[in-house]
Amino acid sequence: MSEPAETNKRKIIDKGIEAGAAELTPEKIQETVRKILASEGGARLKTYIETCAHCGLCSEACHFYLSNDKNPIYSPAGKIKQTLAEIVKKRGKVSVEFIKSACEIAFTECNLCRRCVMYCPFGIDAAYMMLFMRRICHKLGVVPQYIQDTAHSHSATLNQMWVKEDEWIDTLQWQEEEAQDEIPELRIPIEKEGADIFYSVIGPEPKFRAQLIYQAAVIMHAAGMDWTMPATPGWDNSDMCMYTGDVEMMARLKKVHFETAMRLKNKRIVMGECGHAFRSVYDVGNRILGWKMAPLPVVHAIEFYYELLRDRKITIQKKFQTPVTFHDPCNIVRGRGLHEKARYIIAATCKEFIEMHPNREHNFCCSAGGGVINCGPPFRNKRVTSNSVKAEQLAEAKSKGAQIVIAPCHNCHGGLEDIIKHYELDMELKFLGDILYELIEKE
Amino acid sequence: MHAIYELASGPLLWLAFGLFILGSLYRLITMGRLAIKKDAVVFNYMSPFYALRSILHWITPFASVNMRKHPVMTTVAFAFHICLFAVPIFLCAHIILINEAWQVHWWYIPNAAADIMTLIVIAACIFFLFRRLLLPEVRYLTTASDFLILAAVAAPFITGFWSYHQFPGHAAAGIIHILSGELVLVMIPFSRLSHMLFFPFIRGHAGSEFGAVRNAKDW
Repeated sequence: MSEPAETNKRKIIDKGIEAGAAELTPEKIQETVRKILASEGGARLKTYIETCAHCGLCSEACHFYLSNDKNPIYSPAGKIKQTLAEIVKKRGKVSVEFIKSACEIAFTECNLCRRCVMYCPFGIDAAYMMLFMRRICHKLGVVPQYIQDTAHSHSATLNQMWVKEDEWIDTLQWQEEEAQDEIPELRIPIEKEGADIFYSVIGPEPKFRAQLIYQAAVIMHAAGMDWTMPATPGWDNSDMCMYTGDVEMMARLKKVHFETAMRLKNKRIVMGECGHAFRSVYDVGNRILGWKMAPLPVVHAIEFYYELLRDRKITIQKKFQTPVTFHDPCNIVRGRGLHEKARYIIAATCKEFIEMHPNREHNFCCSAGGGVINCGPPFRNKRVTSNSVKAEQLAEAKSKGAQIVIAPCHNCHGGLEDIIKHYELDMELKFLGDILYELIEKE
Repeated sequence: MHAIYELASGPLLWLAFGLFILGSLYRLITMGRLAIKKDAVVFNYMSPFYALRSILHWITPFASVNMRKHPVMTTVAFAFHICLFAVPIFLCAHIILINEAWQVHWWYIPNAAADIMTLIVIAACIFFLFRRLLLPEVRYLTTASDFLILAAVAAPFITGFWSYHQFPGHAAAGIIHILSGELVLVMIPFSRLSHMLFFPFIRGHAGSEFGAVRNAKDW
């Protein structure tokens, strides 16, 4: 093993970063940074930077650090040192090249997974710092192209995937028809006022994984739930603007989402198996809109399935036979503590469960989260090679017999799929919904 | 020499305590006001129960996963912080001085024990120094100020040990002891040592967010 290099050789060319940086001058950077520091840089930013004792104890929390031969440039505090801390210290007097590098670090070398908050003796929130850096990048117009494209889609269509309004309704009706081949009386109720459940999904579901809507409808039908999905924008609960630093757009998205559920007078929002969307609706979006907690209860799929099984609303015909392992997604485990409920569902549905280590709050991120996978192909290899610790975790579970990885989060699926392929682990990925759909009594 | 001693143990001492106490209050109040203005979340989501849960976990040795991952660092860091506070506050010689001035006194640590605790602080500082120099992830983060702070914290203990044992030049060491102790007091509110003031708030904030909002552990 070579001695870890302390210089960071960033060579990835991203069109969005390049184009944005081409418009910048040191004066413009300084002016923008000073404005943001004056308006948004508060006590957290100040105390975090000042209190950090430079002890390095956060390092081993980070999969980027662990997977890159413990190169200190990838430790959480190391990344802050190369980005926000320097900007604050110099009051924005940094070069265009510095901003390009800081942008790449903040957007593609940190998943905002908050694992390091549990390793810092002070509890310094490195994810907050990285988001602050992204906010500066957004204000400077320097954002990786692919994730900025999804943010543009959010602005133009209020969903992440440029799905048009008629395409959305069409997809729901198409999935309803498909499902009716299996269960003739099944419906996907659209725009049902007063229904108990407002079911929302992320943009990629209608775009790429429409069968998940089908499966959700089957589970809802089997459980006899009173549910609905809206016909208007507001159906998408995802939020890449939260990750690009576009706080204003994030607020608009969450407002539309909440208001659609309230227009339909639904009693609670149940969300599909997505992590970042949950973070945006449960933890972030409500705050930006001035609600201490969401204006109506927000329930992640795990919690919802747990209720269905606990209250015997659905019946498992026969347990799933293939041995499974479980990946704890950051945003619903460190973000909501749903790990035990997930294990309850697995215990109720699967014959053999093999734990990954570390697990629960200490699980390693898939390295796709925090918008990193959304930064697209230019950063794909770095993302995958920077998570060899995840591959080791998976390989260990596999050596104990696990053939299937359950990950109740879309981003995790994307990230783990790449890791499984790259490290030739030959494991299959599933959502909890896939398992339930397969096992429950449908009529 | 006597004049310097008079100055150091008289007006400068008052100045040091004044700057330490007023400076700390100033830092806490201005930071609190800034937080009210710009970080309303800190107050809105602060939960005394979860804040305390987190703080207690992190001031208990080996109560967090990361502490268990670094047993030597954890042992040294706890021993260092305990001795760092206990020795100056409960040192017999300090209490005698206070008693002479104001006729108040309290329980003190036996001198032999205080001697060992002083050595623990000095040894811990040497450990921290080598950790900074040898571990790549720590060295990468290290700035000149980190060495200065370490030296400033070690100085009153080295010189205190020196003068207590009457080593050659102990009179000068005694004066440096007083001056460096005063310097550390003044540095607390205005340097990285302010982690002493802000620790409960940062930890409390993390604990509240993890515990009350996110229903998760943070240790």
